[in-house]
Amino acid sequence: MSGTHTDAAISRRVRKLEALLEERGIVAGAALDEALDAFLAGSSPLNGARIVARAWTDPAFKERLLADGTSAVAELGYAAGGVQPQRLRVVENTARTHNVVVCTLCSCYPVRLLGPSPSWYKSEAYRSRVVREPRAVLAEFGCVLPADTEITVWDSSAETRYLVLPRRPAGTDDLTEQALTDLVTRNALIGTATL
Amino acid sequence: MARINDVGGMTGFGPVVTADDPDDTEPFHADWEARVFALNSALVREGVYNLDEFRDAVETMPPGEYLAASYYERWFHAIRVLLERKGVVAAGELDD
Repeated sequence: MSGTHTDAAISRRVRKLEALLEERGIVAGAALDEALDAFLAGSSPLNGARIVARAWTDPAFKERLLADGTSAVAELGYAAGGVQPQRLRVVENTARTHNVVVCTLCSCYPVRLLGPSPSWYKSEAYRSRVVREPRAVLAEFGCVLPADTEITVWDSSAETRYLVLPRRPAGTDDLTEQALTDLVTRNALIGTATL
Repeated sequence: MARINDVGGMTGFGPVVTADDPDDTEPFHADWEARVFALNSALVREGVYNLDEFRDAVETMPPGEYLAASYYERWFHAIRVLLERKGVVAAGELDD
């Protein structure tokens, strides 16, 4: 995949396709650049982190978030969907339960709330194994859970995306919502890490 | 018929590789990947095809090709298949 020879060949083919589509008036290079920049600017794990910090500090919001994630994140100005509308379901980790998200079929992911997905999320290894042996896969991420923690694996689809609400770390009672936001990692929002 | 993308529960894919950068925050690993992403978004936006057609075109790749391809190589394959199917480009027009 990282071979420069293959990269040069496919780069050339992609350029050829783009030129052809531009010639036929189907796409415009400048518009592509703009759309790409806008997409990247609007998609970040910071969005997910803000949602989590709000849920930790506002019990009523947390209740709405768990009941109907799509509507609750819209209160904060976030759309769950992209080109197609999607339902967002937020799943909460507790002292006894842990949640982890996958898309076994491909790569469905709440991109607006988490940024573009990491390579491993799209890999056959993660997609095939996390549903069969989640505890072992989580351990490979350095996320070792107590033996009696119940793990639920959520398989994303074109219509439904998932976001994990991690447990608030102990000793953070005095932190502001902003400081709490800084504690939340992308992997904790997928469920391959705890905080 | 089972499709090769339906890998949930399969064995044999080895360990999860989390890359040198465990955070793995780079959205694209080469410029062409970003162009493929942008082209696909534009083609869906323009209504040349829809996302379900796109997913189907990825999922119906011949299994051997699917497994040998990187993520965005699969996307590029699906885009070319759909553009030919929709008559936007002629068969073979995008070949080297």
